[in-house]
Amino acid sequence: MRTLADLRQGESARLVNLLVAGDEATAVMEAGFIPGTVVTMMHAAPGGGPRIYRLEGAEIAIRVELALALQVEDAA
Amino acid sequence: MSRAQLVQITPAPKKKLIALVGPPNCGKSTLFNRLTGLRQKVGNYPGVTVEQKLGRMQVPGGATELVDLPGVSSLAGRSDDERVTVDVLHGKMAGLKKPDGVLLVLDATAIDRHLSLAAPVLALGLPTLVVLNVADELEKRGGALDPKALAAKLGVPVLLVSAKHGQGLDQVRSFVAHLPEASRNLELPKLHDVPHRRRWALQTAKIAGFRRPKASIWTPRLDWLALHPVLGPAVFILLLTIVFQSISVLAKPLQEYCQEGIQISGGWVASMLPESLFRSLLTEGVWPGVGAILAFLPQILILFLFIGILEDSGYMTRAAVIADRTMSRFGLQGKAFIPLLSAYACAIPAIMATRTIEDKRDRLATILIAPFMTCSARLPVYTMIIAAFIPERHVIGPFLGTRAVAMLGLYLLGFLGALGTAWLLKSSVLRSAPASFLMEMPPYRWPAARGLAFRLLDRAKAFVYRAGTTILLVTVVLWLLANLPMHNGALSPIESSYAGMLGKSMEPVLRPLGFNWKIGVGLITSLAAREVIVGTLGTLYGVESAGHSGGGLAAALQHDLTPGGAAALVVFFAFAMQCFSTLAIVRRETGGWKWPAIQFTYMTVVAYSAAWVTNHVVNALFG
Repeated sequence: MRTLADLRQGESARLVNLLVAGDEATAVMEAGFIPGTVVTMMHAAPGGGPRIYRLEGAEIAIRVELALALQVEDAA
Repeated sequence: MSRAQLVQITPAPKKKLIALVGPPNCGKSTLFNRLTGLRQKVGNYPGVTVEQKLGRMQVPGGATELVDLPGVSSLAGRSDDERVTVDVLHGKMAGLKKPDGVLLVLDATAIDRHLSLAAPVLALGLPTLVVLNVADELEKRGGALDPKALAAKLGVPVLLVSAKHGQGLDQVRSFVAHLPEASRNLELPKLHDVPHRRRWALQTAKIAGFRRPKASIWTPRLDWLALHPVLGPAVFILLLTIVFQSISVLAKPLQEYCQEGIQISGGWVASMLPESLFRSLLTEGVWPGVGAILAFLPQILILFLFIGILEDSGYMTRAAVIADRTMSRFGLQGKAFIPLLSAYACAIPAIMATRTIEDKRDRLATILIAPFMTCSARLPVYTMIIAAFIPERHVIGPFLGTRAVAMLGLYLLGFLGALGTAWLLKSSVLRSAPASFLMEMPPYRWPAARGLAFRLLDRAKAFVYRAGTTILLVTVVLWLLANLPMHNGALSPIESSYAGMLGKSMEPVLRPLGFNWKIGVGLITSLAAREVIVGTLGTLYGVESAGHSGGGLAAALQHDLTPGGAAALVVFFAFAMQCFSTLAIVRRETGGWKWPAIQFTYMTVVAYSAAWVTNHVVNALFG
């Protein structure tokens, strides 16, 4: 299954599964990463640093480790 | 007297209390400043290190207290910020009554996201006004929102305002003056079901006719540059260089004015008072001690001005993102970058700035390493030793001399000390699962002069207050140590004072570092503030012009110290925790003496070992 980490710059996808638990899951959902939401990859920080995603008009930076845990499907 | 009578005599103040609630980056503090002006005070909530801001606001029919709560995106109580907000809103915070009303501040341009905070706030059943801030931007960027429709849906009044431009504030004041009865809410989502609450927020925004404004065209362009693989780090380094250059260029003359002012006022006090112990306490203890600290005010304010500009423009979050990868190699996270940057001015505001780091262990690690960064108080010590021992020669052309290289090397040394310690801490006692790094990127904005001015004023107040309390106390104690016991009704010369005796008794420990007892006394007095050692050595070597130029002092030091001892001294200062004020702040922020004690011991051991090695290596090479 593809994850947010697989998106290229400018590519969008729909969130389907969040493979996180506990407080982290709540924090991720409070930030807007909720299954069904369409997310666009905007920028990647230099040298493998955090990625910035746009969702619901906001831009959120997360580390690649977390992006790998957020599964997506094609937005179409 | 019985308890009941006491209560009658001092009745609880009847003044209204209004709480300001809102997510981070919604312009809540700007609104708070607009509503209260300069009638505010900053403190800490008891038991936690979340900042408490109370202000008084003039409304028709009397004054009202306003409390600015920390920015939160939910009321689940997961962080200190959220717990404080929940406790205040339920009236459970000691020393603060239950609020009579709530101003819920939301960013009008992102209302579909921010409304999810409205649900738990409205569920409290307090009279609430929803203040939709940044209305000017919503309009300018083609967004739309019908406040009446939103008010009808939420069952509470809704106002569109622009705190930045001061629009709509009279209506806020009139709401506060005539608080309505508690709101009646029709249907609210299940508060603990995050997806449900967010769907409710999206739906409510839709009912209110919300049209999301077009994304700012500048933000993606600037981000393309700021996060570019090559240009991004270049911009990052360029900005840091500009900040540091301007501190030394802009602050230096101001600092000299300050020092002059302190010297002149000290001389004036000396001439006004008759010869007495009290006079010498003032002119030889308090004035140089407190004055030396106050002279750093311009430098600190300039640094905070730059940090304020970087933060308010939105660049600082990008800097934290860029730094995250590097910081994570040492077990820290990108958010630690901001406090470490301020530590170049002074560790104290840096330690206060660690409050933005949610993870407790990450925050503690950042607090513990901050004093390694080369703060401005170390500069006079470095300058003194470099001037005495390193001849000025060109290294690369006329722009980079040996002395500048030595200074840069010392900066680097402190930075490496900080990173090394972070790595040690995070791979042992403070090991933790990597915290989830989630940072909302605000759009780039032009920083408002008014907001910057308020922040600088806040910092200046806190700094002067500290100089007038902790540092004043320490300088008095050190003055006593340096002048007692009395001999035949006269003060001891410093050699035979308690400080002198202590210095001499320390000599066996200090000799391996290449220090003599005079340096020992300097180490003791520098606990008040690092740069005090310069003045102390001036006194001990009997040099009149002990001030900044220090020509005589340089000669005396050259004569009295080996090159190894001199190098050891600067290395010692690079690593040692020679600062009581920092220890006092660490105690406050960590809630006890345990961590400051560990920090002091650790830094002293590192400083001692590094100085010992330096002394032997340098003497073997040049001695």
